[in-house]
Amino acid sequence: MAEIRVQNLQKAFGAFVAVKNSNFVVEDGEFFVMLGPSGCGKTTTLRMIAGLELPTSGQILLGGEDVAFRRARERDIAFVFQLFALYPHMNVRKNMGFPLLAQGMPKAEIRARVEETARLLRIDHLLDRSVSGLAGGDRQRVALGRAIVRRPKCFLMDEPLGTLDAEFRDLMVNELRELHNRIHATTVYVTHDQHEAMAMADKIAVMNHGVIEQFGTPRDIYDHPATMFVADFIGSPPMNFLAFEGTLAPGDRSVTVQGAPVAVPELREGATGGHVLGARPEHVRFDDASRLRGAVYGTEYLGTQQIVTVETAGGMVKARIPADVRISTGETVGLAFDAARLSLFEAAGGRALATAAREIAAREAGHG
Amino acid sequence: MSAAAHSVVVPSTTAKRVAATLVIVYALISMIPLLWIFATSFKTPPDSIAYPPKIVFTPSIEGYCNLFTTRTRQTREYIDALPAPTGFCDETTRKRNMVIAGPSNFLPRFVNSLVIAFGSTFCAVFLGTLAAYGFSRFRVPLADDLLFFILSTRMMPPIAVAIPIYLMYRELGLSDTALGMILLYTAVNVSLAVWLLKGFIDEIPREYEEAAMIDGYTRLQAFRKVVLPQATTGIAATAIFCLIFAWNEYAFAALLTSGTAQTAPPFIPTIIGEGGQDWPAVAAGTTIFLVPILVFTILLRKQLLRGITFGAVRK
Ligand SMILES: Nc1ncnc2c1ncn2[C@@H]1O[C@H](COP(=O)(O)OP(=O)(O)OP(=O)(O)O)[C@@H](O)[C@H]1O
Ligand SMILES: [Mg+2]
Repeated sequence: MAEIRVQNLQKAFGAFVAVKNSNFVVEDGEFFVMLGPSGCGKTTTLRMIAGLELPTSGQILLGGEDVAFRRARERDIAFVFQLFALYPHMNVRKNMGFPLLAQGMPKAEIRARVEETARLLRIDHLLDRSVSGLAGGDRQRVALGRAIVRRPKCFLMDEPLGTLDAEFRDLMVNELRELHNRIHATTVYVTHDQHEAMAMADKIAVMNHGVIEQFGTPRDIYDHPATMFVADFIGSPPMNFLAFEGTLAPGDRSVTVQGAPVAVPELREGATGGHVLGARPEHVRFDDASRLRGAVYGTEYLGTQQIVTVETAGGMVKARIPADVRISTGETVGLAFDAARLSLFEAAGGRALATAAREIAAREAGHG
Repeated sequence: MSAAAHSVVVPSTTAKRVAATLVIVYALISMIPLLWIFATSFKTPPDSIAYPPKIVFTPSIEGYCNLFTTRTRQTREYIDALPAPTGFCDETTRKRNMVIAGPSNFLPRFVNSLVIAFGSTFCAVFLGTLAAYGFSRFRVPLADDLLFFILSTRMMPPIAVAIPIYLMYRELGLSDTALGMILLYTAVNVSLAVWLLKGFIDEIPREYEEAAMIDGYTRLQAFRKVVLPQATTGIAATAIFCLIFAWNEYAFAALLTSGTAQTAPPFIPTIIGEGGQDWPAVAAGTTIFLVPILVFTILLRKQLLRGITFGAVRK
């Protein structure tokens, strides 16, 4: 196993830049997830790490060695494709033994290794089956088996659960994470599904238009999104945004939104012009004393909780509140926020402003 | 591996019966000429030209005897003076006041056909597979223009290029040689092979080779161990098309070969005419001529039928 260090990685297809100046580090044994909408460059990044695509510029260090321009077969990496790419003309055993055969391993040893790996994944009863007859989940396990059988430096997985149905997906998410906990393989996992990312990752990089918008732990990314894109992409429903104007100074603890004062974490930088207040639905409360008011537009009942949509002068705000609170549509309510959990963004560009909350989180992450 | 697993609509029994009837009727209609040739090859020359045509007749292998031999007409006295006939062919020939002078050219011509057709098919499919893989997987500069150029070589009728080729071959010493014919048929077939195989190889997900290359194989090894087995259906189909063309080709063969390298198609018609129209011999030649294609197709039937959606990676 090894650490993966990606430095200033860039990939252009003609005039189109698919990956822009990417930087991240996957530590040895870490489960790293690249998350982003379709077309943001996740697969391209992964293929560059694997050696299936050459970068336009930048470095890829694998266990300290720059492999950016090495052939795929010289990198000692395993790749799990979205459609698994199991060879239909070979049975499960042959598929799993195929990478070992390339190393010239003796037949008996291949057999032993394949069987050991199959037991680890609980597919030993399928070894002599044809891969075309397997169910989705089992195909997935065989693909994983083919990847881990070689004990490579790291695993790369490109939306490996993308084709499974929802039920199987949850099962495989748990299975994958459990497998990772057992073998501690450095893993880069690509997905556009935030639930998969949150459930599995040690670290997440959120990508958009070829740019890594944020790189951090799932908690960090959820609590302290670095950009409005990240805030909007993660969480369901996503973060509420309320635009406001004004001049902010370092040390400010309150901003004025729609004429109402809203307490925020202490600002660490000043800014002028348009801003956006970001509040997760679970950090929105109803408070009749608040001067920030709106009319209830609708509610979505979720069992123990409900999502209430309130129409304010500055747009819709969703609040996640206990299901037993009685709310009727059309009712006017005051909105209050959990001050310590709020985020502030520049309206232009969407960058998050530095606040005390962010600083504390960063310090904790640094010490942790 | 059941093919049924892929079909969504299960046809009703009635539909199946109707379909089967149609197929059988069509097959019978299209097989009549073949059956007629087959039957004629077992008729005696008088039976073959009898009017009304004879459907029921006493089978004879005289046609086959005449196909494989050359005969000369002799006087009754001369024939009677010969030692006893050594076999059926000998005997029937003598009954018609002739004696067997020696083997005919059919066998060497047939062997020429085999060598030239299979040789050129192998070359065309081999080159075609490599070229198709290249066009399918690599960014080839001017790929579209090149593909069009490859196809354009097939656009001219043989008769239009036969004379220049004849002149070139004469200069190069390739006239009337098996090598010349193999080169020519390869050149003609390679365009078909590239186009057909590119379609098949495009269908094979790149992930297969990529997975193999990540797992430690070179591109060539990945091609051999992963792409080729996936492409067998396409290769089999292409090989059959190439073989049929090379096997049946008449125009080039008639113009460019006359002696040692002559193939069966221009040879068979020459059987007519040596002492009356020997239709059974022509029919026998045609029947034997049909066999290799039939055998080849039957041998490759499994690959042809194995459908290209066999893969486990299909979306
Ligand atoms: N070979 C290529 N030539 C040209 N453009 C390409 C090529 N490969 C990818 N792209 C473009 O680069 C962008 C990023 O592609 P990529 O496959 O990395 O996206 P992704 O994040 O994996 O998306 P998805 O979730 O759809 O898989 C896309 O806009 C795509 O069209
Ligand atoms: Mg992708």
